[in-house]
Amino acid sequence: MQLREVGTERVKRGLAQMLKGGVIMDVTTPEQARIAEDAGAVAVMALERVPADIRAEGGVARMADPARIKAIMAAVTIPVMAKVRIGHFVEAQVLEAIGVDFIDESEVLTPADEQHHIDKRRFRVPFVCGARDLGEALRRIGEGAAMIRTKGEAGTGNVVEAVRHVRQILDEIRRLQALPEEELMTAARDLRAPYELVLEVRRLGRLPVVNFAAGGIATPADAALMMQLGCDGVFVGSGIFKSEDPARRARAIVDAVAHYDDPDAVARACEGLGEPMRGLDVRRLEPAELLQTRGG
Amino acid sequence: MRVGVLALQGDVSEHAQVLREVGAEPVLVRTPQALEDVQALVLPGGESTTLGALMARCGLDQAIRRRAQEGMPVFGTCAGLILMARRASGGEPPLLGLMDVAVERNAYGRQRESFEDDLACPAVDPNPFRVAFIRAPVITGVGEGVQVLARHEGLPVLVRQGRLLGATFHPEITGYTGVHRYFCSLAASAGGVG
Repeated sequence: MQLREVGTERVKRGLAQMLKGGVIMDVTTPEQARIAEDAGAVAVMALERVPADIRAEGGVARMADPARIKAIMAAVTIPVMAKVRIGHFVEAQVLEAIGVDFIDESEVLTPADEQHHIDKRRFRVPFVCGARDLGEALRRIGEGAAMIRTKGEAGTGNVVEAVRHVRQILDEIRRLQALPEEELMTAARDLRAPYELVLEVRRLGRLPVVNFAAGGIATPADAALMMQLGCDGVFVGSGIFKSEDPARRARAIVDAVAHYDDPDAVARACEGLGEPMRGLDVRRLEPAELLQTRGG
Repeated sequence: MRVGVLALQGDVSEHAQVLREVGAEPVLVRTPQALEDVQALVLPGGESTTLGALMARCGLDQAIRRRAQEGMPVFGTCAGLILMARRASGGEPPLLGLMDVAVERNAYGRQRESFEDDLACPAVDPNPFRVAFIRAPVITGVGEGVQVLARHEGLPVLVRQGRLLGATFHPEITGYTGVHRYFCSLAASAGGVG
């Protein structure tokens, strides 16, 4: 009578729900993964290079070597995520085959398909995707994403784009809620989003999946800012292992996210952390240097 | 009844919502002070290593242990149950060590093995109900005072020891209210605590 049902929408979205209130950290080695886990990360993102190095070194950025990802999986008990290029469903098949817990179809890597994203419903492993606005978030959810993150501008150590994207999404949700029902089809057309998801967002007053902040978060105060703006958790990419004291900064960001609405606790987390990553002024980047405009 | 939900990390809002639906008043607990104000406590799903570290950093581990020893009812789901267990089969030190059970973390495998299923548990509901097992632990041993309320594929998945209740699954993400209703009536009959 009992029959397990694997890979359902509920168990995919469910893992993202278990990550709420947590920090997901980019790591490139098993040692870094252990530092992240000891600091209290809820998951790690296994990468070949962190976004700041991808940005600096250029070239085509691809899925990490499976051997590297497996070494990281063996080093920690928390979930391990890894990135695939937008539209590269074979990289996703590879990650599913080696047992990665969550796949990030990411603009940080060089896109493999400029027209189409991966059909994420075909996979048992859940996907997270970046979004800059509500329409983009709902298109990704329509393709089967179990979790959304702001795109921000990865590898800059500058939170401004993540703030822009989360405010944009929340603003568009509020607008939907204010619309009369007969205008929702037109709203769906303008958002270029599936109509049923537009109805669901209006009813819930939020996205139907967990929504994390990502792209430029470098300090405990940045992380608490994103939480107070309404995100469910944060990704920190280059911000930890490009700083002076990664273990300490990692722990401080975890503490700031857990106690984001307590300024005294955030103040304690911010104290004496050493130098943060250097950071970039996003306005000085050329359009071709922006990662957030990839996919859409 | 004011029921705390440990709110340092995890699926806190899902538990709070189900508690509201069964007529309890959920209270988010992030500090030892907030814990003083509740009659019972829910330990949510999340990452047990993260929750363990965060509880220890703000002194909530000791505060919860003390309240539980004084008789406060506690309900843990998945990671919450791992926090409650006295023994871990990997030999890791116990986090809260409240309940006489042994657990093995991520015992079903990685996320691709996570599943949902119907669960039969007459103590909670005459009809089977839908629950999700997400990177779930397995209860590998139960002490003498522990009652197994439900099994899935032969393994204990819902256990009770006096005022303590632990589930390896998540009733809260399927919107099922019966297990929380059971916990709240258990807590109410504990009476006058806190």
